[in-house]
Amino acid sequence: MLTNVLDYLDRSVTLYPEKIALSDSKNEATYAEFGEKSDAIGSAIIERSGTKNSPIVVFIDRNIESVISFMGIAKSGNFYVPIDRQLPVKRVELIVETLQPKAAIIWDKDNRILDEINFSGERILYEEAILHKVNADALNAVREKSIDTDPLYAIFTSGSTGVPKGVLVCHRSVIDLIENFAETFDFDDTRVFGNQAPFDFDVSVKDIYSCIRNGGSMHVIPKLFFSFPAKLIACINERKINTIIWATSALRIIENLNALEKTLPETLKTIMFSGEVMPNKVLNYWRNKLPDVSYVNLYGPTEITCNCLYYKVDRPFNDEDALPIGVAFKNTDILLLDGDNLITEPGIKGEICVRGTSLAHGYYNNHEKTAEAFCQNPLNKAYPELIYRTGDLAKYGEDGLIYFVSRKDYQIKHMGHRIELSEVEIAINSLPYIDAGCCIYDKTNEQIVLFYQSANECERDIMKDGTKLLPKYMMPNRFIHFTELPMTKNAKIDRVKLKGEYLDNDKD
Amino acid sequence: MKEQLMKILNELRPDVDFENETALVTDGILDSFDIVSLVGEINAEFDITVGVDELEPENFDTVAAMLDLIADLAD
Repeated sequence: MLTNVLDYLDRSVTLYPEKIALSDSKNEATYAEFGEKSDAIGSAIIERSGTKNSPIVVFIDRNIESVISFMGIAKSGNFYVPIDRQLPVKRVELIVETLQPKAAIIWDKDNRILDEINFSGERILYEEAILHKVNADALNAVREKSIDTDPLYAIFTSGSTGVPKGVLVCHRSVIDLIENFAETFDFDDTRVFGNQAPFDFDVSVKDIYSCIRNGGSMHVIPKLFFSFPAKLIACINERKINTIIWATSALRIIENLNALEKTLPETLKTIMFSGEVMPNKVLNYWRNKLPDVSYVNLYGPTEITCNCLYYKVDRPFNDEDALPIGVAFKNTDILLLDGDNLITEPGIKGEICVRGTSLAHGYYNNHEKTAEAFCQNPLNKAYPELIYRTGDLAKYGEDGLIYFVSRKDYQIKHMGHRIELSEVEIAINSLPYIDAGCCIYDKTNEQIVLFYQSANECERDIMKDGTKLLPKYMMPNRFIHFTELPMTKNAKIDRVKLKGEYLDNDKD
Repeated sequence: MKEQLMKILNELRPDVDFENETALVTDGILDSFDIVSLVGEINAEFDITVGVDELEPENFDTVAAMLDLIADLAD
């Protein structure tokens, strides 16, 4: 029985020892090297921290060493917490305070940050750890005692309140996800994953474990290439990358820059995206340029282990259409709830709630926030059963597929009309001259405020073209032009910041 | 031409000292979202089209390099 993601790694080390498992622009590692180095790191941690099921911090970069460290930590029987060393020191401090980690895997340059926050745990240098003597007995002892509900990683997401929350995910949830991906999307050992997502963002979990489980390869694409798509396309072709699981915004940048104008990526078979609503204008650009690729829309928050719904794009869409988020993965149940009532008929909105093995354990060291989001299934009065409430609204279409509607807090009542701000956003984002846009409701002044990014201010054009797509009452009342919208660390439009800076603060 | 470009740059990223930075892209000062916006603005302001082939880090590392690029494309 498969109970630990390390079973995946062991299997691929046995089957494909000489195959390149991981590569970045500087280094690469075969499965054999991946196995040996992570054994050494695991042994070093066991000797120096002596903890079990405890957080070990890793300072990550766009490199293969980050992934090798993750597996080393798993081998020590602890869970990893990736931290981007570019984060403001204050935020690192908040995360470390929440975790109280006994050890960190670091590079020499990270000592400066750790000194600044008075880090008291063990500082294990990566370069020393990989040379540590492998203690097979200790590693085996840890493995024999491990169970599949032991935590594998914690990934910090920005809480709306400003205090980051560490979502704690166990081996079993990741195995559930990765088995589903392999089965649903026909992943095998020919897959070469082009990793875009930073390792402190859970989109990368799909790359890492799909690679390891299937004996595939993963190439870590440098961040810089996403600004300079000629390099990105060359990289895809040189490395023969055939599968990309990217943030929607990464695909949007390619479209914004018309980067597929001259040279096309030639090896791609599967393109998957998640993180934000995919505008069909962007997807159609890709579909026109690469018609033979399979496209998959993925939906899900970190709290249910990456994704719970998927849609294999199987028909044409107009630019202004909404793209379905589709159907639930196997072994996952989606409940659309209006309060505590189950919605089954099409067209009625409900909150997406998730039931299943994919549920995270909760937020590390934060019982209060955990209890708010992970709560008893209201449809089950007979025994304890948790569901995760996503805060996202969706509805069934006439086709039986689920369609994302909006965040729960985007539904507004404006001049007597019930309006989904995301509907306004879809329409505005379909206009050819708009790079990106989002709407926020200003309750104090009863206005729909549009924040948009485009080369030039184009309020008049938006008004003229927008009214062809939307009823007048849904049109924005105030337009704020940006040459560049503020983005969150996870490459989503930073709505909290926009709201704070441009709207009269109406506390809700 | 420089004046127009500096105006675009300073509005885009008021926090950056464009006159003195010599590795705006290579050092990661400008990220992909900056580049997308910048290219859109330059295209509109100078009535040119920065194509995929011109989208290379060395064309955006300094203000001088950007000016050269714009001059080349305007010809």
